[in-house]
Amino acid sequence: MDFTFMWETFRQLLTGVPLTLNLAFTSVAFGAVLAMMLALMRMSGIAVIEMIAKAYVFVFRGTPLLVQIFLIYYGLGQFRPTLQELGLWTFFREPYWCAILALTLNTGAYASEIIRGGLQSVPYPQVEAAKAAGMSGFLLFRRIVFPIAVRQALPAYGSEIILMVKATSLASIITMMEVTGLAAKMISQTFRAVEIFVVAGVIYLILNFAITRLIMALEWWLSPHLRRPPSIEPRIEAAHV
Amino acid sequence: MQQLSYFELIGFGPKGWGLALLTATGMTLAVALCGFLAGSIVGTFVAWAKLSRNLAARTLADGYTTVLRGIPDLLVIYLFYFGGSAALGAIGGLFGAQGFIGVPAFVTGALAIGIVSGAYQAEVFRGAYQILNRGELEAARSVGMHRWLMFRRIIAPQVLRYAIPGLGNTWQLVLKESALISVTGLVELLRQSHIAAGSTRRPFDFYITAAILYLVITWVSTYLFQRAETHSLRGLRRTS
Repeated sequence: MDFTFMWETFRQLLTGVPLTLNLAFTSVAFGAVLAMMLALMRMSGIAVIEMIAKAYVFVFRGTPLLVQIFLIYYGLGQFRPTLQELGLWTFFREPYWCAILALTLNTGAYASEIIRGGLQSVPYPQVEAAKAAGMSGFLLFRRIVFPIAVRQALPAYGSEIILMVKATSLASIITMMEVTGLAAKMISQTFRAVEIFVVAGVIYLILNFAITRLIMALEWWLSPHLRRPPSIEPRIEAAHV
Repeated sequence: MQQLSYFELIGFGPKGWGLALLTATGMTLAVALCGFLAGSIVGTFVAWAKLSRNLAARTLADGYTTVLRGIPDLLVIYLFYFGGSAALGAIGGLFGAQGFIGVPAFVTGALAIGIVSGAYQAEVFRGAYQILNRGELEAARSVGMHRWLMFRRIIAPQVLRYAIPGLGNTWQLVLKESALISVTGLVELLRQSHIAAGSTRRPFDFYITAAILYLVITWVSTYLFQRAETHSLRGLRRTS
């Protein structure tokens, strides 16, 4: 093990971290909106809309992410004249936006199932109680259903975010120079696969560890009712002793 | 030149890529299956280590699953692809061979998948083992079964039964991961589509075909795993 080489590698690979995080968080943010829509479609009770959401989830969970990325980045090139006419070509020409789009569509499918699970886990008596208190519609969703569902879904959503950080490595195949892309380039230049692998692996582990901790902190913050109340020392009046 | 229609393009005619795509699908299945089986072997040993009383073994196994689930699969594939060749080159150098020795892409691919999916399968096996009725293990021991016999007759059949749903999920992961092997040049489904797309300049048609073929595999294997699950539970009374 050559530690000066590994330190140099570490410093070079760190330059890829902002792009990795950028890809992960942008697509997770867009994906969450998409997932929410899909989950609501899935629970809408209208057969056609449910079928559409189901089919979407089936297709995007059943095919490899890399195929989806290629389909968007290379595949849509086949329709270049049409896309140029529509003015969309500047979007689909950029590997960055293609990667974001593919990752978003992909995480949307996975996360919609997580959100659906969260929404379905809301105990019905809570909804009944809210209705009895006169809440309905968006107010009911915002005050009762959503907060409970988020708490239920958060651990699973945390692992989905970790999966997304890992998935951003596929963007390196369409020329995005994030951590894996830089690592692959350095490996093919130096052929010191093991050392570079170790350094890149450490970077991903640090990122994922930090994200896990953040999610845990969020979970803690969102569930004050499960924590033990701060112990208040009962003040004992002298007279009663 | 006249544009070929979609079905001529992916069909089995003289200009069709049908046969090549089907062969490549077979390759995808083969590499995924080999990787999955390798992962089962790795997973069994890791699960064993995780359940053992030996602290060192447990720590090592926990470290293995944490690391492998925390880093991108693509990175592992690169390690095996480049690192395997470098290691072979070094070993070859000892015997006087010179230059670059390539490891067959199939082997590196299957091994990489095996190492990654082993981490997932270890968790599946561990979970399944913990459902086992302790009394049955005690009974087996009390009738004088030796460890290996007990593993073969009591543990393995039941662990497999409870592990089927989890193994199904892992298989889907493995199947999708096999697409990443295309970066090493193994001509599996995605690589073949890439080649065909490049030579016909019809990328969308080929990638959508690849997506459909992957979906078919997923769909069929979901069905098969469901069948296996109901079959394995035929002797159990369930509370539901």
